[in-house]
Amino acid sequence: MKIIVAIKQVPERDAQVRIDPVGKWIEELDVQFALNESDAYALEEALQLKEKHGGEVIVISAGPERAGQVIREALAKGADRGIHIEADDLGSRDALGVARLLAAAIQPENPDLVLAGLQSEDLGLGQTGVILAELLGFPHSSLILHVDVTAKGLKVKRELEEGWFQSIELPLPAVLAIQSGGNKLRYATLMGIKRAKTKEVRRASAGELGADASPVVILEGISLPQKQRSTQILPGSPKEASAALVEKLRFEARVL
Amino acid sequence: MSGVLVVIEQRDGAIGRISWEAVAAGKFLGTKIGVDVGAAVIGAATESAAAQLSAKALAKVVRIEHALLAQYTSDGYSLALEQFIAQDKPEYVIFPHTYQVRDFVPALATRFGEMLISDVIAIADGPVFARQLLQGRLQGSYRHTGTGPCLVSVQAGAFRADALEAGSAQVSRFTPALDAAQIRTRPEPPFRGSEQTIDLGSAQLIVSVGRGIKDAENLPLVQELAKALGAELAASRPICDNGWLPMERQVGSSGQTVSPRLYLAVGISGAIQHLVGMKGAQCIAAINKDPDAPIFEVADYGIVGDLFEVVPALTEAVKAAKG
Ligand SMILES: Cc1cc2nc3c(=O)[nH]c(=O)nc-3n(C[C@H](O)[C@H](O)[C@H](O)COP(=O)(O)OP(=O)(O)OC[C@H]3O[C@@H](n4cnc5c(N)ncnc54)[C@H](O)[C@@H]3O)c2cc1C
Ligand SMILES: Cc1cc2nc3c(=O)[nH]c(=O)nc-3n(C[C@H](O)[C@H](O)[C@H](O)COP(=O)(O)OP(=O)(O)OC[C@H]3O[C@@H](n4cnc5c(N)ncnc54)[C@H](O)[C@@H]3O)c2cc1C
Repeated sequence: MKIIVAIKQVPERDAQVRIDPVGKWIEELDVQFALNESDAYALEEALQLKEKHGGEVIVISAGPERAGQVIREALAKGADRGIHIEADDLGSRDALGVARLLAAAIQPENPDLVLAGLQSEDLGLGQTGVILAELLGFPHSSLILHVDVTAKGLKVKRELEEGWFQSIELPLPAVLAIQSGGNKLRYATLMGIKRAKTKEVRRASAGELGADASPVVILEGISLPQKQRSTQILPGSPKEASAALVEKLRFEARVL
Repeated sequence: MSGVLVVIEQRDGAIGRISWEAVAAGKFLGTKIGVDVGAAVIGAATESAAAQLSAKALAKVVRIEHALLAQYTSDGYSLALEQFIAQDKPEYVIFPHTYQVRDFVPALATRFGEMLISDVIAIADGPVFARQLLQGRLQGSYRHTGTGPCLVSVQAGAFRADALEAGSAQVSRFTPALDAAQIRTRPEPPFRGSEQTIDLGSAQLIVSVGRGIKDAENLPLVQELAKALGAELAASRPICDNGWLPMERQVGSSGQTVSPRLYLAVGISGAIQHLVGMKGAQCIAAINKDPDAPIFEVADYGIVGDLFEVVPALTEAVKAAKG
């Protein structure tokens, strides 16, 4: 089975973010980047499917030079090769525009299965995978925790709200948007990191993919959320703050 | 193109709160830009949901009905709604941000060369749509620039459903042209996850732990605090995803909804999917090293600090108070 996994590089979870002077994006120089969480689960699912059924796992990422980092990380974990869509202008493309780039690069590969993460940890629109399915003309399902290969295609476990699940059958080729938590993630081994250096990463420029860039939705500006809090922050050393909290919980909130 | 269309979600005739909130968001937008607001419901039997909608002050209610829509499928819902939108030509289409909407509306939008502005928390003049970025640490303002319909989904709790005015809307029917061969996925009936052995829903005191705990090895720290308080232990999703605690202890949109007297969040950032499961607590306290963590937006009391120092001190303080 030929599996393509779309992976996005996002600011590291604990990164302290500052808004840039024009209020359009964050100061990228301050920030370390990492692989998006649900994409790590999508990659894991792909690697396990390959281990069970054979085939090839290809990772694809659109982004500037630094996105090469998450591609190498995926190769070190066991992906066979990478495609890097080099684009410095992702800020001027919306999710549809980014999906068009990805679709243009994926189409000639004729994959059996395309996996994306459910949602990015930065912009979090949660739709690039589903858009990709529509652009490729493949059936899809999202919020997927587990994938089984059957005689007719796939049987997947889909998460529903409030602790419910559902099984869905769909034919191949297909696109799945993977939810976090379905598998245990692997780490890259030293051997894996070494091998990754010899694996192919094909570069494609956004220009040569010829995808339409005009956005239908624009992010006009970013800001800090308006605070509506009435939190009492308890000051002092851990000991003082803890004693104060117990006092408040007992005599003010009366919940202890 | 004109008007606002709200597409609600129903299950066996029941309309969930988030769908009513989407109707409220649609009414808010319609009033702001001075256009009519209608609502639509999709399914194989939509009479009961349509009747409930028609009792509200809406310009119209449409039943998009077909036998092939009995079960939700992305293909079925996208095709049906694509046909209705092409005929009705609304300028804005508003949805509740549910799992179903996440699954099919991006595909529907793509058919119109459009994109869903998802998980919106506020609508300002313009209209400009606000949504959370970086898991609630920042907020973004989005504007629609496309030439087709503008599709928007609204976050649970962002608009108030209880202020909807009563009315009597005309109900009409729309029968989409659907063929079984167009529906490529085959869904099976929903099932519950693992057996529930812990009833977090009725727990009075809850200590809940998040990714700030760093490693499963550190869990005894919060377990001791919970024990000192006589509280149940709960967790955010990543803790359960990692298998550090069983899934039945997960609080949030894909886990349990709790409403204890006290909810003490330790090393939890306060993502919306977590907040919806615990904001009904009578009192919320949070320990987090980041003073800007969104959890402090809902907390009554907070300690800004390193949980590895604060939690042991708090355990001692609780023990001391209990004598
Ligand atoms: C000022 C600005 C700067 C930006 N800079 C970047 C940047 O440097 N890098 C960047 O990737 N995006 C960047 N973006 C975001 C970009 O414009 C798209 O909005 C985004 O890629 C898709 O939306 P999302 O992140 O909400 O993805 P979602 O729809 O939430 O993503 C779902 C899944 O789609 C896949 N996916 C999404 N984006 C990519 C991608 N780029 N490559 C491979 N798979 C992907 C992943 O599997 C992801 O889990 C920037 C946006 C702005 C406004
Ligand atoms: C469809 C969907 C459904 C979801 N359902 C759920 C759900 O049901 N429940 C749920 O919880 N999540 C759910 N999520 C995930 C959710 O979006 C967040 O990713 C998750 O809640 C984050 O968990 P966290 O707060 O523990 O981790 P993080 O967001 O990583 O936060 C960790 C926090 O710990 C703090 N911290 C770190 N170190 C320390 C220290 N030493 N001392 C003190 N503080 C420290 C950090 O400042 C940070 O605020 C869902 C997501 C999606 C997309």
